[in-house]
Amino acid sequence: MVTALFYLLAGLAIACAISCVYHKNPLYSAVSLIGVFLSLACIYLTLSAPFIAVTQILVYAGAIMVLVIFVIMLLNLDEDKPLNSLTYLYGVGGGLGLLLIAQAIFVFYAVNTAGQESVDSTAAGKTLSIGLAMYTQYLLPVEIVGILLLMAIVGAMIMSRRIREPNQRKAEKAVE
Amino acid sequence: MEPIVKTLFPFIVISVGIIAVFGGVMMIVAYTVLAERKVLGWIQGRIGPNRVGPWGLFQPFADLLKFILKEELIPDQSTRFIFYLAPLVALTCAFMPMIVYPFGPEIVGSFDFLPYGLGEGIKSLPLRVADLDVGVLYVLAITSVGVYGIALAGWSSNSKYSLMGGLRSSAQMISYELAMGASVIGVVMLAGSLSLGDIINAQINSTFRWFIIPQFIGFVVFLIAAFAETNRVPFDLPEAETELVAGFHTEYSALKFALFFMAEYVNMFTVSVMAVTLFLGGWYIPGLDYLARTVGMEWLFGVGTIGYALISHVGFLLKIFAFLFFYIWVRGTLPRFRFDQLMNFGWKFLLPVALANVILTVVVVFLVGRFW
Repeated sequence: MVTALFYLLAGLAIACAISCVYHKNPLYSAVSLIGVFLSLACIYLTLSAPFIAVTQILVYAGAIMVLVIFVIMLLNLDEDKPLNSLTYLYGVGGGLGLLLIAQAIFVFYAVNTAGQESVDSTAAGKTLSIGLAMYTQYLLPVEIVGILLLMAIVGAMIMSRRIREPNQRKAEKAVE
Repeated sequence: MEPIVKTLFPFIVISVGIIAVFGGVMMIVAYTVLAERKVLGWIQGRIGPNRVGPWGLFQPFADLLKFILKEELIPDQSTRFIFYLAPLVALTCAFMPMIVYPFGPEIVGSFDFLPYGLGEGIKSLPLRVADLDVGVLYVLAITSVGVYGIALAGWSSNSKYSLMGGLRSSAQMISYELAMGASVIGVVMLAGSLSLGDIINAQINSTFRWFIIPQFIGFVVFLIAAFAETNRVPFDLPEAETELVAGFHTEYSALKFALFFMAEYVNMFTVSVMAVTLFLGGWYIPGLDYLARTVGMEWLFGVGTIGYALISHVGFLLKIFAFLFFYIWVRGTLPRFRFDQLMNFGWKFLLPVALANVILTVVVVFLVGRFW
């Protein structure tokens, strides 16, 4: 039952990923990418990790892709023109693809050679165990990620702020 | 026969639950529409719909029939697939949170009367479809996906008004989602769980019975953000008819328009259920269990009986209807925000207040835990 579900969802994810790469229209690609995220979230659910599944939807499908779609809607890209004609990107993409395949093979190898570690299946994936692990065992990485995100927010604020000339400011004041 | 029934039994139970919830919510949605028209008429000194059936009670069905039979117009330059997809996304995302809502307390009892020994080992019947460990997050996640329905509808129609409506509503919903999420954190901290059932139980066992008392700021922020999330007056900028014709659904007609319409009312129901569950104790009526004990009628409506579940469920529905009435009342009373006012209000007032509430709750929970 779970295996059948896994193959169904994995097939859906791969189909969405292919359509994401091959569609000419960027909005179709973005919608396909949302499909990938949703099928991945469903796979996490079948692996009894509801917290990760919901976070996947909330962060990737709900927040990040909304911004992507926003940008596509505002830019109003022309459908007929290809987005990029940079041929060297094929080589870069091929290299990265090979790297990913190598990584997948390594993961399979590592999982097969390493002994099965017993995990308490009632607690694993639950919110409580994730919270405890994050704030006890992995406190330092969490703090580092938090500071990184804070830096990103401050950086975005500085970059998007309009720097106004003194003359312009005076003119604006006069208008007011 | 017996093993097949035994394997299929859990699926049958869940399917029956889903169908019951779906049907019930559809009826509530249909009559919310009618109630809205009636109450608005009453507020504005009109009569409201009163032709179809007694007091206009069959009006929703007449409307539905009209929507089904109307001609469907599809703009020539629209992006066809996404144009069809958008209303489906909107309605699906509106309905998906239903499965985690607790509609009433568990009915405790023996289920041995079921054939083939199906009732073996079942001690209680919970009045919900699934108790997700991360119920609150699940509802927030699905509502955040619901934004796509509106954004894609606005884009695919290939019309200025639709695009403006779609952009406005996505911006609005993204902004207010933050405040909404932050306002819920206080409740989650007090309850110590993200599961809606556990949150209700935590409220029953808490000092004040309902979280609205210790979390009043959170409740007000949640309520305001809920109005913005459902695109209702005074935050109905996406469909401001004086400037955008009808906003994101300008180009939609017939049943596809009806789907958007239904999605809006289902979303109203969703945020009402969330407000009731998180802040007003869900189905819990304070004093009902005490009353049953003092009157000595625990066999009729003591904790765990069918009577208790029924009365609690009615109480739950009454709380939700109060919220829906409040929605309609506000629509009949308040004018619309301007778009920049809306954004400033969301980011510069509502979000800081919600965050301050989180910090306040942390401090109080810490001090109470330390010194009480």
